Amino acid sequence: MKQLNSILEGVGSVVQLALQAVGYAGTLPRQWARFIEQCYMIGYTTLPIVAILSFFIGTVLALEAGYAMEGFGAKEYIGSLVGLSMARELGPMMTAVLLAGRVGSAITAELASMKVYQEIDALTTMNIPAAKILVLPRLAAVLVMMPVLIVIANVVGWFGGSVVARYVSFVGISPEAYFAALRHFTKFKDVMNGMEKAEVFGFVVVLVCCNIGLNTRGGPREIGAAVTRGVVTSLIMILVLDYFVTKVLL
Amino acid sequence: MTDCCSKTRNPFTGVEANAVGVTVKDLSKKFGNFGVLHHLTFAVEPGEIFVLMGPSGSGKSVLLRHMAGLEIPTSGSVRVDGLDPSLAQTRDHVRLALVFQDGALFNSLSVYDNLALYPREHRSGDEKSIREKVMHALKILSVEDAFRKFPSELSGGMKKRVSIARALVMEPQLLLYDEPTSELDPVMGATISEIIATLKNEYSVTSIVVTHDRDLALTISNRVGILMDGKLVTLGTPADLKASTDPRIEDFLNPKIDITNPRFKKLETQEKAPS
Repeated sequence: MKQLNSILEGVGSVVQLALQAVGYAGTLPRQWARFIEQCYMIGYTTLPIVAILSFFIGTVLALEAGYAMEGFGAKEYIGSLVGLSMARELGPMMTAVLLAGRVGSAITAELASMKVYQEIDALTTMNIPAAKILVLPRLAAVLVMMPVLIVIANVVGWFGGSVVARYVSFVGISPEAYFAALRHFTKFKDVMNGMEKAEVFGFVVVLVCCNIGLNTRGGPREIGAAVTRGVVTSLIMILVLDYFVTKVLL
Repeated sequence: MTDCCSKTRNPFTGVEANAVGVTVKDLSKKFGNFGVLHHLTFAVEPGEIFVLMGPSGSGKSVLLRHMAGLEIPTSGSVRVDGLDPSLAQTRDHVRLALVFQDGALFNSLSVYDNLALYPREHRSGDEKSIREKVMHALKILSVEDAFRKFPSELSGGMKKRVSIARALVMEPQLLLYDEPTSELDPVMGATISEIIATLKNEYSVTSIVVTHDRDLALTISNRVGILMDGKLVTLGTPADLKASTDPRIEDFLNPKIDITNPRFKKLETQEKAPS
């Protein structure tokens, strides 16, 4: 019962924070510098790790597909499998997981530290809502940067698959055949569905991490605990939402 | 005692606003089952310097946080100019600033941006007038050379002064200080005391100061309240306090250092005694 109360309190607090932040959306043009800074943090600094991960996801997908399909002569469909898997599921999912680990943890640590060292209290006494200057620019930035990251993740993942398809001997299909299958089966709608998923994941990850950071109480040890809680909660939310968003989009 | 109609004169524009008073009525605060404040009732007059003293852990900072609207009372109420300070609407109506014990400066912003944040967010003037206000406040506190620095590059005393400057830029009607002279050398402590007195005398800002600094309390305050175990044990002018015959007040204001340390010896004896 106590745990259920705590979960419901958390959900209520996240929804309240989201509504507060969205309520200040009109102030975003005046917060241009903060928005750009967050775009840099969320997009640019996450890009290398997203590219590396996506490349190797693409290669492993192509490798496993080549191994499985070799037995019944369907190797030419490897491109379709890699294309659809990356666009619809693995691109958005893995990018969101990286976002939680890299950006979510940094957001929680920064806001928790601001809370513990009374900077949030100072904002409150100045009548400057944290939802306006700390949460809104991050939410806006993640909504802008997630599609960019997803496009890059997809393209790099598809390319990784093509490299395996071409150079691993037991797979051995040409890049032309690989990309022909990919283009034939992977539609624009699939890429868009993946982006919609990623937008939901990114928004929730940033919101959950902001909320946990802003509600941290105690000392430095609690900052570490808040970061762990932020990342774990984000990962659980990504997995739970993945099912429901996929079901809605199918 | 100050009169009811004293004005807060804006140190930058000279514009006057009504100084505000604070009313605490039957205030109690518990954290879990632990009671920190017990049925406090008193009022701070507009334009007054009111000092709160008391032993560590007596609830002074918690009381100050209630006045700043950062804590919600378990029972009773705190009103600033008749309004609940925890509501954002109250802060729209009353300009209230809190100088935190450790400054609570925004570490990711320079000293200049720390001070400019409030006027920028509340759109009080263009960038030129904000710059003038910020540099004026830094000059009052003699830290104008530090405007490009970040809080991590400042000494404890400079952080305190920048924190007071940040509060000044808000043009407050009510200024709350949490141990403004702690961790400072005596000269710097005296400087801070002079600044608080100047703000009251020249700008009629209502000031509530939590401190352990006996000299500050007895020199610049209009009234002093002593808090012990969450209860207000005395409230009066510095002269009343000096004349007090209450042994708790005497002990607190003039602690005697006994090098034979009977308290420690008593504890030691208790620990060695067979159970």
